[in-house]
Amino acid sequence: MAAPMKSMGSSFNATSFQKKTRSKLISIPGTRPSVQNGQLIVSTGVTSLDYLIGGGLAVGTVLLIEEDRYNSYSQMVLKYFMAEGVLCGHELFLASAQDHPDDILTELPAPILDDIASGPHASQDAMKIAWRYQNLPKVQTALASSSRFGHYYDVSKKMEPEIRQAANCHAFYLPEHSTESPLLESYSALLRSIQEVIRKGGFDGAAPPAKSRNVLRIGLPSLGSPLWGDDLCCRDNPAHGHALTTFLYGLRAVLRSSLSVAVLTIPSHLIQNRAVMGNITRLCDNAIALESFKGSDRETNPLYKDYHGLLHVRQVPRLNCLLTELPDHKDLAFKLKRKQFTIERLHLPPDLSETVSRVSRGELAGAAATGTSCGSSGNKHLDF
Amino acid sequence: MFPELNAILNTSPDNFKQGELILVSDRRADASFLVHHFLSFYLKAGCKVCFLGLAQSFSHYSAVSQRLGVSLTQAKEKGQLIFLEVLNESLDVLLQKTSNTESQALDFLRDPAVGLRGLYDFVRASVSDSGVGGEDDGGVGTVGRWGPPVLLVDDLTVLLSLGVSVGSVLDFSHYCFVTVCSQLKGNMVTLVRCEGEEDEDEDGDEEGSERLLKGLTHQCCLTLHVQGLPTGFCRDIHGQVEVCWRKTQKDKPSNQRKLFQYKVHDKGASFFARGTSSAVL
Repeated sequence: MAAPMKSMGSSFNATSFQKKTRSKLISIPGTRPSVQNGQLIVSTGVTSLDYLIGGGLAVGTVLLIEEDRYNSYSQMVLKYFMAEGVLCGHELFLASAQDHPDDILTELPAPILDDIASGPHASQDAMKIAWRYQNLPKVQTALASSSRFGHYYDVSKKMEPEIRQAANCHAFYLPEHSTESPLLESYSALLRSIQEVIRKGGFDGAAPPAKSRNVLRIGLPSLGSPLWGDDLCCRDNPAHGHALTTFLYGLRAVLRSSLSVAVLTIPSHLIQNRAVMGNITRLCDNAIALESFKGSDRETNPLYKDYHGLLHVRQVPRLNCLLTELPDHKDLAFKLKRKQFTIERLHLPPDLSETVSRVSRGELAGAAATGTSCGSSGNKHLDF
Repeated sequence: MFPELNAILNTSPDNFKQGELILVSDRRADASFLVHHFLSFYLKAGCKVCFLGLAQSFSHYSAVSQRLGVSLTQAKEKGQLIFLEVLNESLDVLLQKTSNTESQALDFLRDPAVGLRGLYDFVRASVSDSGVGGEDDGGVGTVGRWGPPVLLVDDLTVLLSLGVSVGSVLDFSHYCFVTVCSQLKGNMVTLVRCEGEEDEDEDGDEEGSERLLKGLTHQCCLTLHVQGLPTGFCRDIHGQVEVCWRKTQKDKPSNQRKLFQYKVHDKGASFFARGTSSAVL
């Protein structure tokens, strides 16, 4: 249901003031209505990505992540998404053609469960002068919102099995499903499986109202890769170029009529035909592309030394209104730190000394950085 | 309905040209706000509208039209609007659950090679019983309950994504043009979305939506082409619209072109000449 909250028969306000009506709506944990347009949104697990796509991922929509070359950061974002689902108590659906979904689930990052707003409790000494303020809570300096919408994760640790097993996860592992089925049956088998799970779990509103509503999070890593039986990534003119797009259309039909949200990653750097990528992007709602610096000469470029890669926002949806929530800036870069996946506006590092800048400016001009707006004018060193 | 766009196109709900094919296209932008404009425009004009909603669900169009002052549910109940929500009904067809032969309109989902004959039959059936020439009139006058029929398609590129060939889509649009525009003197509005640069020469055959765009541009009377700004991304100006009038019905074969910039608001869109955005002045 990408319809706004009003259609669910409630009078839900964006403020904390709740009218005293007999609203039959049971609020779903881990979701909240968007401030901009009242859509029900969930967190993607990465708080800066939530901010980019307008507060969170709207329920009933698809987020497409175009993979980076070695598929490391896009898998990380997908794991954040799944881990967020575990913590919020949502149900999970994971479909994979390469690794078994259970293996992917064992690698989810561990959540940082202690309160991030509270600083170190080291100084427990009794206050001597301002003792009246002893028992008051410490002032928050970090910009953490009061309602814990997103969580933070520690990438160096794995999620505890107890936490993980509390979540209900449905798995679709392609080698178990495909028998000698003809080419491209894998996508329809996947769609059928998703539809089954949604129907049985009551996510499409057919469940009796006594049962509490929940959100289904669908993760589809590396869709469109040759392991799915698709030659989209192998040839310039694929034989069945519309199999993946038909699946995406069916996925959109399924999601719009149920309380579920999907994140899928596609190896777009393998797809030669740009028109197909355009079709795929249009059939998904949100689309971002990750471009990591690993293995390219940008890794050692002093311009990018603070970041791990660039992030491009390809598409932001218009849901039930004419407006989209466009990001402020289009030149964004990401960095995977141990406790956070940050996405920031790309900015130049400060020029500290004269000699260093003179040497490196020639290299920078030749690198044709996307973030800068100055034109590259060759290797001339103007010396006034 | 956007009043500024009406002024640009020199139309109003009381007075608009009939028998026209209007092509809305975009290149790396999103022209769907123009489809909402035309939907609310023709509903306010009292025409009988047949809307093929391929890209989004009914609630999306309904929510947007609410903000533009038109209620789609009421129009559907009154019989003014016939809405084919393909997204909703496609799931059964795609998963091959039920094989009811009632709705042949979505046959192309089951097998794209079949073509769009079923969809065309659906369109013809919905625009034909528009009350034009009611039988209880005694056949004297053709006073219909609603005005001339209008067909709106959002959007044709989805058909290409689902595997239908460009030739079938061009045939479908030609058949609809003949039925709706020539025979019934109604209007037709379609949306085609393209990707990539215009002057790219591919080695193989041209990409599907480019061919579709060229074929439809040849046939249409009015095109609105939406693009991003050539100078880059701007928060206050969302893009530019190029309005091109092609052959008119009268004798003068003028091809007029005008270029505007636009910004989409919550309840509409504003159009202004290049460089006169309120953010700039």
